[in-house]
Amino acid sequence: METKFRESIKQAVHNPNLTGALGRFSEAYRISRQKAYEGYDFEALRTRIAERKSHAASHLDELADLFTKNAETRGTKVFRTNDPAKVREYILNLARENGVKSVVKSKSMASEEIHLNKHLELAGIEVGETDLGEWIIQLAGQTPSHMVMPAIHMTKEEVATVFNEQVEKGQNPDIPKLVKFARGKMRAKFLNAEMGITGANIAVAETGTLVIVTNEGNARLVTTLPPIHVAIVGLEKLMEKFDDVVPVLTALPKSATGQLLTSYVSMISGSVPNTDGTEKQLHIILMDNRRTEMSQDPKFKQAMQCIRCASCLNVCPVFRLVGGHVFGKVYTGGIGTILTAWFDALKASDDIQSLCIQCGNCTEVCPGKIDIPGLILELRRRLAVEKGQPLLQKAIFSVVNNRRLFHSMLRAASLMQKPLQKDGFIRHLPFFLSEMTEFRSVPAIAETPLRDALKKIQQPACKEKIAFYAGCLIDFAYPEMGEALVKILNKAGIEVIFPEGQTCCGAPARYSGAYEVAAQNANDNIEALLTDNVTYVVSACPTCTVALKHEFISTFESLGQTNALPRARELADKVIDFSSLVKKLVDEGRLKFKEGQQLGKITYHDSCHLKRTLHVSQQPRDLLTRAGYEVAEMYEADMCCGMGGSYSLKLPEISAPILERKLTNIKNSGALIAVMDCPGCVMQIRGGLDHHKSTIKVEHTVQRLADELG
Amino acid sequence: MNADFDSFKLRAEAVSAEVHHFPRKNEALDFILHYLHDAGVSDTPQAYAVWAPCPFLDGFDQKQLSATVPGVIFDVNREVSALAKVGISQLDWAIANTGTLVQDAAPVDQRLVSTLPLIHIALIRGDRLVPDLPSVLTKIRPEQTNYISFITGPSRTADIERVLTIGVHGPEKLIIVFFDDPESVN
Repeated sequence: METKFRESIKQAVHNPNLTGALGRFSEAYRISRQKAYEGYDFEALRTRIAERKSHAASHLDELADLFTKNAETRGTKVFRTNDPAKVREYILNLARENGVKSVVKSKSMASEEIHLNKHLELAGIEVGETDLGEWIIQLAGQTPSHMVMPAIHMTKEEVATVFNEQVEKGQNPDIPKLVKFARGKMRAKFLNAEMGITGANIAVAETGTLVIVTNEGNARLVTTLPPIHVAIVGLEKLMEKFDDVVPVLTALPKSATGQLLTSYVSMISGSVPNTDGTEKQLHIILMDNRRTEMSQDPKFKQAMQCIRCASCLNVCPVFRLVGGHVFGKVYTGGIGTILTAWFDALKASDDIQSLCIQCGNCTEVCPGKIDIPGLILELRRRLAVEKGQPLLQKAIFSVVNNRRLFHSMLRAASLMQKPLQKDGFIRHLPFFLSEMTEFRSVPAIAETPLRDALKKIQQPACKEKIAFYAGCLIDFAYPEMGEALVKILNKAGIEVIFPEGQTCCGAPARYSGAYEVAAQNANDNIEALLTDNVTYVVSACPTCTVALKHEFISTFESLGQTNALPRARELADKVIDFSSLVKKLVDEGRLKFKEGQQLGKITYHDSCHLKRTLHVSQQPRDLLTRAGYEVAEMYEADMCCGMGGSYSLKLPEISAPILERKLTNIKNSGALIAVMDCPGCVMQIRGGLDHHKSTIKVEHTVQRLADELG
Repeated sequence: MNADFDSFKLRAEAVSAEVHHFPRKNEALDFILHYLHDAGVSDTPQAYAVWAPCPFLDGFDQKQLSATVPGVIFDVNREVSALAKVGISQLDWAIANTGTLVQDAAPVDQRLVSTLPLIHIALIRGDRLVPDLPSVLTKIRPEQTNYISFITGPSRTADIERVLTIGVHGPEKLIIVFFDDPESVN
C-alpha cells in the first residue's frame, strides 16, 4: 500500500467536517430512501433494471448503431469512439469551427472521466460547471468527494471563503444567500455561453432519445440557451426500448437522493429551435473507453448495469468515513473502484480496492443488482495474478494451512506476550503488530485447541451425527464456543464429530486474491468433511459457512476447475449455520427452552456474512426471545463492526472508527449483553468494549443459549 | 376532484409546489391576474411576466390582459424572459403519484418562461391527470416531439452542507393551477 494513500486515509478520517457530513447523510439517506420506495416492489424493479441493462450490454454494438441511425434522422450528429483523446478533439474542433469562447456544462461524469475541462481551458476556452457543487469544487480546484454531492466535504464557511477568494468579496456563510449569489453569477454565464455540454442518464436506441435528470434546472438551461449542445454519453447508458426508461427513472432518484422524482427530467430526441429561431446544433458523442471490452468480460459485464445513483457509496461503512478524495480518481466508492480499474487501468485500483471491507451493504441496495464486493474480489484476484503473490503472504498461508503448526505458533506468540495478558486478552503487541491492539484487545490463544479439547468431552451415543467445522478463531482462540455447540446438539440427541483433516476455510486467501491457495483449502476441507456419514456440516462462523456453502464453488469456477464442482456442491448442500440449525431443531421439538424464564434485555449484532450472504437475521432473534430475553435492537444493528477478517490489520485506521460507532450503538441499546453469531465480530466488539473498560458482556449466540435449553 | 388529484396535490406540495384548482377558466385567470399584481409584476425590467403561447389563452384578449396587468408580455423571447419575474405556461400532463408536470417543450418559449424567471405559473387541464409514469409515457412519446420536459416542484439543491435550498438555476416558486375546461375536452 502506498504511503501517500495511507496518508490520505488518515487525513480523511481525521477531518470532522467530512466524516460528520457523510455520517449524518448516510443516516438520513437510509430513512429517505426507504420512504421513497414505499409502495414499490424494489426487488421486482431492480430485477427489471438488471435484465434490461444486461440485455443492452449484450447488444452494445447493435444498440449504438440503432441509436445513431435514429438520432441522425432527426438532425443530430452522432460521433462514436473508443478513444478519450478523440472525444476531446471532436469537441475542440467543434468549438474552434464555431468560434466558441465560453462553455457551460451540466454534470457529466463521462466528461470528468476524460478530463475535458482541463483540455478546453488549455485551448483558451472558458468552462463553467453549472451544478452548484461542481462549480464550488471547480473554484476550489478540488475533485468531487461524492458522485451526487460533489462538495459534501465542505462547510458553508469554506464555500463562502472560496466565493470570496475566487469570485467576489463580501460573501457570508449563509446558505440561501450563497445559493442566490451562485444563481446570479451563473446566470450571466448561461446567457453568454456559445456551447452547452451535458451528460445523459439514459440513451434510448429505439428512439434516439437522451434522458437527462437534474434538480437544479441547470441542464434545462444548458440545453436551451447556447446554440450548440454536445452530450457526452458513455455506452453503458444505452437501453433498447423507450419503455426501459420507466424502471430506471423510477429507481434513480429514489436510490440517489430519496426523491420520488428529481425536479427536472428532459428527454431530448433531436434538434430543437434556438432562441433566435435557428436550429440547434446537437452533437451526441457515444464514448466507449473500454466499455465494450467490459461488456464482453464474463465477470465484469454486470458492472454495465450501473445507473450511477451512488447508493453503494451512501450505505458503505468505509465511504462514510473516508469520502471520495482518498480514491484519488473521478469515480469513487465501491462501483468507482471497479470503473477506475476499467476506464483508467487495473493497477490504478490496486490501493483503493483494499478499502472494501466486504460487508455487502451495497448489494442490498444496488438498483442494478451488481455484486460490487464480488467484483472487487475479482479485481483483487486479477491484481494478485498480475503482481504475483508477495513472499510474506505466501509464507503466512503455508503456516495458516498447517493447523497444528499454526496453533503452536500462535500459542507461542501468545505465551511470549504472557506478561501483557490479562483476563484472556492481549492488550498490547510489540512492533509492527502494535496497531492491532491500539483500539481493541485481542484474545489470548487457548492452551488446548478445540480439536483436542473435544476429544475429552464424553458425548452420549446418538444415531444422528453432525460434523462441526470450527474455523481458526473457534479452534484456537474460542474453543468454549465449540464446546457450547456440542452441549446444545447433544441435548437434541445429536453427536458432534470433529473431522481432523479440516483446515482454514480459505477466506483469508480468497480475500487477498490468492485463489490457488483458497482452492487448495477447499479441496482439503471437502476431503475432510465429506468422508463421514453426517446429516449436516455446521459452523458457528458465518464467514466460514459462506466459504463452505458458496465460495468453494465460486473459487473453483473462477479457476476453471470444473471437475471439483460436484463434490463442492455436495458439501454445500450439507452446510448450515449454527442459528439456522438450532432454530430448526427447536421448531421440530427436538430442543426445548427452559420454561418461564425472564432473562432481561439483550442486544443482537448482525454479522455481515450471516445477514447478507446467508440471509439469516430472524433466527437468532427468535431463539433469544424464546429463551426469555427481551431483544433491544441497537441502531444500525446490521452495520459492519469493522473486523472484516484481516481488514482490521491492514487498515486499522478505518476499522477503529467503524468499531467505535458500533460500540456506541451497543451502549445506547441499554442492554448489558451483546450477542452475535460470528467469532470474528466477538473478537472485534469484545476487544473494543474491553478497551473502553465497559462491563457489557459480548458473546456468541451459541454461548448465550447453551444454558437456557432444558 | 378525485383521488388522483389529492395524490398529485400531496406529492407536489411535499416538494414545495403550490397547487390550486378552479372549475372555470375565468376563475383561474382571475387568480393569475391577482397573483401577478400581488407579486409586483410591472412594466419594468426584472418585473415582467412572460406568458408563452398556450390553449388556455384561447378566447381571452391578450391586449386587454396586458392592460389589466402592465408588464405581462406575450411576445416571448430570450431577452424579456431573462428580465422577467414570472413565467406562465400551460403543461400537457400531470402525474399523480409523483406530483409531476409533463410538457412537449420543443418550442423554445415554453422552456424560456419556465427556466429563467423566479416564479413559474404552470397551467394544467384537470382532465390531463394520469396515475403514474408508465401511463404518461403512453400519452407523450419521443416520436411526437424532440424535447419532453418533466417538472416536479421548483429548482432545488442540497449541495452546501446538504441543506435543501429552493431556487438555484430555475424557478424558486412553482404555482400549479388546474382548471376544468369542458369545451376543450376533446
